Amino acid sequence: MTQIARIALRTAAAPKVPLLALDTVWFQVAGTLCNLSCSHCFISCSPTNHAHEIMTREEVRRYLDEAAALGANDTYFTGGEPFLNREILDILEDALRLGPATVLTNATLITRARAESLAAMGRASRYSLEIRVSLDGLTPETNDPIRGAGCFDATMDGVRELARAGFSPILTVAQTWSDEEDRALRAAFHDFLRSHGLRRPRVKILPLFRIGREASRTRGYAAEEFLTEEHMRGHDPWTLQCSTSRMVTSRGVYVCPILIDSPDALMGQTLAETLRPFPMSHGACHTCWATGASCRN
Amino acid sequence: MNGARTADLGVFDGRLAVFGGPYNNHVALRAVLTDARRRGAERVVCLGDLGGFGPNPGKIYPLLEEFGVVTIAGNYDRSLAERLADCGCGYTHPADNHFAQLSYDYTNRRTTDAERARLWALPSEARMIRAKRRWLFCHGSPRRVNEFLWESGCSDAFLERLARDAEADQVLCSHTGLHWQRRLPSGAAFVNVGAVGRPANDGDPAVHYAFFGSGAAGASAAGGAAEAEFVRVAYDHEALALEMEEEGLPPEFVETIRTGWWTTCLEILPAKERARGRF
Repeated sequence: MTQIARIALRTAAAPKVPLLALDTVWFQVAGTLCNLSCSHCFISCSPTNHAHEIMTREEVRRYLDEAAALGANDTYFTGGEPFLNREILDILEDALRLGPATVLTNATLITRARAESLAAMGRASRYSLEIRVSLDGLTPETNDPIRGAGCFDATMDGVRELARAGFSPILTVAQTWSDEEDRALRAAFHDFLRSHGLRRPRVKILPLFRIGREASRTRGYAAEEFLTEEHMRGHDPWTLQCSTSRMVTSRGVYVCPILIDSPDALMGQTLAETLRPFPMSHGACHTCWATGASCRN
Repeated sequence: MNGARTADLGVFDGRLAVFGGPYNNHVALRAVLTDARRRGAERVVCLGDLGGFGPNPGKIYPLLEEFGVVTIAGNYDRSLAERLADCGCGYTHPADNHFAQLSYDYTNRRTTDAERARLWALPSEARMIRAKRRWLFCHGSPRRVNEFLWESGCSDAFLERLARDAEADQVLCSHTGLHWQRRLPSGAAFVNVGAVGRPANDGDPAVHYAFFGSGAAGASAAGGAAEAEFVRVAYDHEALALEMEEEGLPPEFVETIRTGWWTTCLEILPAKERARGRF
């Protein structure tokens, strides 16, 4: 069987998730361009990956207006590394005029001036501006093999600048450890943040998606890690983020932030075109289903 | 559960008091109900979550009866009625869930069958016509019992959509424990009445409820939306703190009652709300 035939079969058998409400709109605001090349990146971002390009303020604004007209609530800005986008501060300002916004960063490009601009912007808005910072270990020895040499120190410099400017960034960690170690590690992350001057530490743990670079770091999805109608019986669709959000990139509107390398996940060019059910035919869909994970805060 | 049963409160333009989340805090609840009566409230509505956090859940029910309170179901009430394993608050972080579970297990153990039957019978929302506007009373949001509507976490566009979809001009909600209100560009309005079982994370042990005056003073402001007066009620919080200690409830909860600062279930707070607290 060809790969195309296999995908067609899987899609036909996959359970469909309805779009219950368009609450959240994501933006791949830096495309797949990143100053890092983390070994677990599910969309293989790097300094040279142009699969999705950096979005302009104008492009983003068009979608922000459409999102507001459709009654959306909040926005998320990710990449790649959002601070590679030179218009990022203006884009966030546009977003914060309409609703709460979150930016996902590796914090290595957060200078004192940037942290202060972000803080001023957050204070000026009636809505919350959340900063999420990715880190994968509490020491250079555990973090840098995944995220790159020198990354730990550069990230923590950024975190300290954010804390100094008044933020309590949400530390986002991909779970590269076993479930048994989970509790102790979460507590350790909290203590770690407190020791770096964050009075109100916040940590978000994300599961690993076995796609992109992660598929070769560990493994891809197994044949049985796909969803059928049976899986969805009695499963609350509200717990799946694809029932309440969409992802905008330079190429159009995708079902979710995870699947932007999958051509069948591109649902349209406007948000309005994507207000329809999506067949959960991917291994990553199995991860969301099994872990209850959401990319939201 | 009773599904989407709606309590029809008819047409009412008189003085109205609305509160959320007693959370077993019978001392604060009595103080709030007494205050509302003193202000001449002719109707009193409770937006659910009778249990959790505080001591001796059985003391809430007689108070609601004595003061003729109309009550709708919160997620806590549904969980207890259906004997579910957790409160269904909708927390996403293990630290939040750890403390939420302690208070749920305590309340669950001390809830009688008769009380479960009363919880089972609670409607999931209530509606009222007030100054010719459609008022909707719900626990979390008009669409989900455990949805958190935080002031800094809800766009105008989103609230407009929720009101429109629910066919309401004024929405009263709770669940977050923090009170706020906003009039929307369309003229619709949201009032989150906060909770009376726990202080508002502001360093003040007092609690708050929402009061609406009668006639032109409160039922219908110039733009159509009625503005709530958030009434601060100080109560004998030390008496409650001692009772919580006697019951062996977590010291973190008791600290909140004494200091007015939240110590648990904080991860869910958006940046602005979190920054206002001590922890």
